[in-house]
Amino acid sequence: MLKVKEIRDLFPMYKNNPNLIYLDNGATSLTPQTVLDKMNEYYSWYGVNIHRGAYYLSYKATEEYDKAREKIADFVNGDFSEIIFTKNTSNSLNMIALMYAEKYLKAVDVVITSELEHHCSILPWMKICQRKKAEIRYIPLDDSGRITVENFRKVFDNNVKVVALTYVSNVMGYISPLREIISLAHQNNSVVIVDAAQGTAHFKIDVKELDCDFMAFSAHKMLGPTGIGVLYGKKSELLKLEPLEYGGDMNQSVSKTDVEIKAPPFRFEAGTAPIAEALGFAQAIDLINGIGIKNINHYCASLHKYALSGLDAIEGITLYNPASDAPIISFNINGVHPHDAATFFDENNICLRAGHHCAQLVSRWLKCNGTLRASFYIYNSYQDIDRFIEAAKQAVRFFKKVIR
Amino acid sequence: MNNLENLYRQVIIEHYNHPRNKGLKGYPQVHLYNPSCGDDITIEAEIDTETVKEVNFDGTGCSICCSSASILTELLKGKSISEAQNIINKFYMLVKGENITGEDELEEAIVYRGVSKFPARIKCATLPWKAFEQLLDGDKNEK
Repeated sequence: MLKVKEIRDLFPMYKNNPNLIYLDNGATSLTPQTVLDKMNEYYSWYGVNIHRGAYYLSYKATEEYDKAREKIADFVNGDFSEIIFTKNTSNSLNMIALMYAEKYLKAVDVVITSELEHHCSILPWMKICQRKKAEIRYIPLDDSGRITVENFRKVFDNNVKVVALTYVSNVMGYISPLREIISLAHQNNSVVIVDAAQGTAHFKIDVKELDCDFMAFSAHKMLGPTGIGVLYGKKSELLKLEPLEYGGDMNQSVSKTDVEIKAPPFRFEAGTAPIAEALGFAQAIDLINGIGIKNINHYCASLHKYALSGLDAIEGITLYNPASDAPIISFNINGVHPHDAATFFDENNICLRAGHHCAQLVSRWLKCNGTLRASFYIYNSYQDIDRFIEAAKQAVRFFKKVIR
Repeated sequence: MNNLENLYRQVIIEHYNHPRNKGLKGYPQVHLYNPSCGDDITIEAEIDTETVKEVNFDGTGCSICCSSASILTELLKGKSISEAQNIINKFYMLVKGENITGEDELEEAIVYRGVSKFPARIKCATLPWKAFEQLLDGDKNEK
């Protein structure tokens, strides 16, 4: 059991918004004071550029920055050289799509993805496949909307070069059966790219055990700041790629006609990095490690179960993913557009996401005009859920009265 | 009446449940879509050099957006272009909670004053009006 009261005290958002019921963690998590302090420490004490200055403060900043990368590498069991800092998951997935496809994707090649993906896991490949005249192929979802190994086999053949899939769907909350899919894909030397944006805050992800080739995630969904994400790449795979961007800090030596680039990860990070954000990200990981990812998973699962049973008992609500693996609930109030419903919750200080959640193919699959989404994290309390359920009951009554 | 009841005033719900001038007839049209929430509205109008002769809409979305489209079609039909532009500007001010003179010109649309208490919904209310404004400006989608 988490000490939720103590955890909440770490988050200034609660101090400044005392009645806040924040259930939009799938979009972004709240930021603890420790993360803010760490970023402030950098700017206040050693806020200079890294790798460049031959003076103590630059050495100190570089040391902190390297430590941050090391901590993030440890968190997913990757190596220092395999962690590339990016802006966010979308940026990571676009980068890898462009870097890989530019060099290796040809006409007749196939990229496999799914309708469960966030747009950032589909659209870069869709556009590249159009340009290269390659084929984008979707794994048929099963009746509950899941990706299955069996259905993966149906679309997998020798032409498949890339498999780009989500670790956890941001709408349905299902975990994809990636281990089996990855081992099948590797039998054919296909590369597998994992969108772990919804995964890293809740599940222990070990890139070596998973054996994925690339993986993307964002700091801001796991208590860290916005503006920084990660592209993990297996070192052997990273060495096969050319950087997208050239410029400061990524090269070893430069002549009038050529450039020798640094080793990974630095060759993929041109220009001054988001230094404060990297430090803040590592601090967020300290907090997650301090609580323990298993405890987080356990606690959020119990909140999820509690919320599900509350919602399920309300007549007039459709639940789209009662069997979700992650603490994400997608639902609608029957006959009410999610945006109308979200305003009702907002009036009760309850923050829900409403709409397509950057995953329009899921809405299409569900045959609805978008959904409401509640997603939980460590600072949510059982009282939050009680107030959420109470508001849901009132919302059903309210809209029954005003609409039809 | 609390803010929320005020927002979902009877007239808004009435237009949501029983939209006027819904269905397109083939006049020049502008389609606007809000990808974050899914409001999807097409406005068409027959506008000669001086007058808005006919306005229709089609689309799906939340009650605020769809009712706003319905009310727009009734309000702007028969207005001169300058009257229509004037009403549109007043509507934008109204939903932002700004003081306006000559409220009567907005007729039923005055109920959208409640939207100003819900800044996240201003986009819903104004989407059809933005589409109509584009028609006035001579923009139209290829059919």
